[in-house]
Amino acid sequence: MSDLNILLAGFGGQGILFTGKVMAYAGLMEGKEVSWLPSYGPEMRGGTANCSVCLSDNKIGSPLVTNPDVLVAMNLPSLEKFENDVVPGGIIIVDSSIIDKKVARKDVTTIYIPASEIAENAGIKGAANMVILGKLFKETKFCTPENLDKGLQKTIPARKMDLLDKNRLCIKLGTEN
Amino acid sequence: MSKIMGERPKALVDVPLHYCPGCTHGIVHRLVAEVIDELGIEGKTVGVASVGCSVFTYNYFGCDMVQAPHGRAPAVATGVKRARPEDVVFTYQGDGDLAAIGMGETVHAAARGENIVAIFINNAIYGMTGGQMAPTTLPGQVTQTTPYGRDTSVAGNPIRVCELLSSVKGVALAQRVTVDCVKNVKAAKKAIKKAFEYQMAGKGYCIIEVVSTCPTNWGMSPADALQWLRDNMLPYYPLGVYKDVGEEGEQ
Amino acid sequence: MADKVLMKGNEAIAEAAIAAGCRHFFGYPITPQTEVAAYMSKRMPKIGGVYLQGESEVASINMVLGAGAAGVRVMTSTSSPGISLMSEGISYIAGSDVPCLIVNVERGGPGLGGIQPSQSDYFQATKATGHGDFHLLVFAPSTVQETVDLISDAFDLGDKYRMPTMILSDGLLGQMMEPVVLPEAKEPTDSKDWAAKGHQGKRKHNVVNSLYIDPSELERLNRERFQKYEKIKETEQRAEEYLADDAEIILVAFGASSRIAHSAVDMARKQGIKAGLIRPITLWPFPEKFIEKHVGHAKSFLSVEMNMGQMVEDVKLTVKDRKPVRFFGRTGGIVPTPKEVFEQIVKINGGDC
Repeated sequence: MSDLNILLAGFGGQGILFTGKVMAYAGLMEGKEVSWLPSYGPEMRGGTANCSVCLSDNKIGSPLVTNPDVLVAMNLPSLEKFENDVVPGGIIIVDSSIIDKKVARKDVTTIYIPASEIAENAGIKGAANMVILGKLFKETKFCTPENLDKGLQKTIPARKMDLLDKNRLCIKLGTEN
Repeated sequence: MSKIMGERPKALVDVPLHYCPGCTHGIVHRLVAEVIDELGIEGKTVGVASVGCSVFTYNYFGCDMVQAPHGRAPAVATGVKRARPEDVVFTYQGDGDLAAIGMGETVHAAARGENIVAIFINNAIYGMTGGQMAPTTLPGQVTQTTPYGRDTSVAGNPIRVCELLSSVKGVALAQRVTVDCVKNVKAAKKAIKKAFEYQMAGKGYCIIEVVSTCPTNWGMSPADALQWLRDNMLPYYPLGVYKDVGEEGEQ
Repeated sequence: MADKVLMKGNEAIAEAAIAAGCRHFFGYPITPQTEVAAYMSKRMPKIGGVYLQGESEVASINMVLGAGAAGVRVMTSTSSPGISLMSEGISYIAGSDVPCLIVNVERGGPGLGGIQPSQSDYFQATKATGHGDFHLLVFAPSTVQETVDLISDAFDLGDKYRMPTMILSDGLLGQMMEPVVLPEAKEPTDSKDWAAKGHQGKRKHNVVNSLYIDPSELERLNRERFQKYEKIKETEQRAEEYLADDAEIILVAFGASSRIAHSAVDMARKQGIKAGLIRPITLWPFPEKFIEKHVGHAKSFLSVEMNMGQMVEDVKLTVKDRKPVRFFGRTGGIVPTPKEVFEQIVKINGGDC
């Protein structure tokens, strides 16, 4: 993998920004150039949240991902809004426990994963983002497994370190489903 | 004159003041300087000059001085005091500066209990720009911009600053004085000294409002101006202590 | 060397300022710079510093004036509408020769405008931040790391020249995270002999002032200040050149838009179009030397900005009709895409896109 531009989108509270940050940190551990850019403003509160992550071997130009290689859609409005922006040959990952709709495009790889359901069955409600991250990791191999774990450790705030293993489990479930 | 008034205080620079004859700024300058001398704090005092007739105070006081934009002296003084908490910091502001354009800065510095002293000259008129209406201009008072007398239904009402600030937590001392006679001059000096002492004790924001004259823009002789002050200003702006947290007060 | 960490641009601004020995911050909340203040409010009390939220931008900049006049390293940060409110204080600060750092994390205007990234305060930052004859040293970083590096320089040069300096950032650079290495922390110093901090009976009183009633004195002081500015123009111009040496089409872009221009240049090069980029790092002084170097071989210049065309005027003033100077910009908080800029390059090159 050389350059990878990822757009993660969903509701505020689904851990969109956190997931992006884990990826950015993992990329940093991998020795790559990285950037992380959140959407900001009033829409952060209860509305949609999205986040651009760029991983590259070269200096990163625009950190705003307008044509993602990978789109992660964690709610319907996000899928509808960004589906057509994905580059041909790109990947769309859909949380199928939240989104019923199928992706119309045929020139992209679409992955449906019931991430919310998987997380909930594992007893970790609200960790669908980590399940998706596991899936994304499996599909793109954007870093080594070690660096993904380092990225996770760097991103989890000290006061929430007790959740580290649960997050690890969800990532694992994502890679297996 | 020097026999009556004594020597020039050390905290006043030996230069002629630019004020008009009969203006009370000179007296108040002297009182502030005497207090600085008596407390022995000139070397650690920073004054903040405002915009108005007293803008040149930075030339007159012997302590370090900063000149502030119009109305912003309390904010500038806040910056100085927060940078140099060991220093004694005072502002010297007129009624336009403190009670019109700078009312926001004044109220908030007071509410923060900012450890500064405001010397507030209220002469009910804008002197520097030539006699326009001030926020403290009396109802009916003629100025260049209230040529038919201040009509409060159009131009609003005068603001009584000490009364207003007395309701603000953070204010340690709010006192109104005047300098029309020896007895009042002595009382004014006592109040100014108390304000500086309160600051040094860390009690909070202190304001000494000095009801003053402006013979030039009032269009009167200095003596008539003092009489007009007694007859018109003092009834509207009664002298007195509006807030005093006292020796044991908030610190 | 310290570790690389991921930091938000705004938080990096705060941490870099602390590392540069700044212990005094005064400000007022406004999107998209609020993280600077929030970060300062968390850190300053722990290191014996001062964080104070003023009642307005007007008050905050005057607190900066007071603290700067008292001789300490001091800063504020705000976003576009806040600079308008601060412009009075900035003029007094410049007129009083007080060093301080002002950060503008720009958003779209005019008026309340929007909260998305913009570069529409270029004129305000470089030509007329307030009334009167004066300039600020204005730095325009394009990455989080560069923001960190320039903050230290901005403080040092502000002290050296006794003038206010500005970091012109924007909502994109302020909100994004990138890896940074923080500089080694410097302790605050207290060596400004001109400051109003109490003379301790050891010298004549210092007066920090911008009022000069005698016009000949004011003229003399302004001329002296402009001699200083000339020296700064001579020695402090900074820019980065990218593939400019053989370029026929030279893009000029700063800050966030320079990153997009950089990508567009790469796209053009892949198509065999000789495009290059000059990225001003100082906006005042404008890096005319860097432009001048390339006027001979360039066929055309393209100023790429997130506004309706502001820096392009300085590019034109430097190029002086010797070569065509064009402009492309998006405004109102829209960030141009590399593709849009690439299409402009193709058009200038005489092709279709």
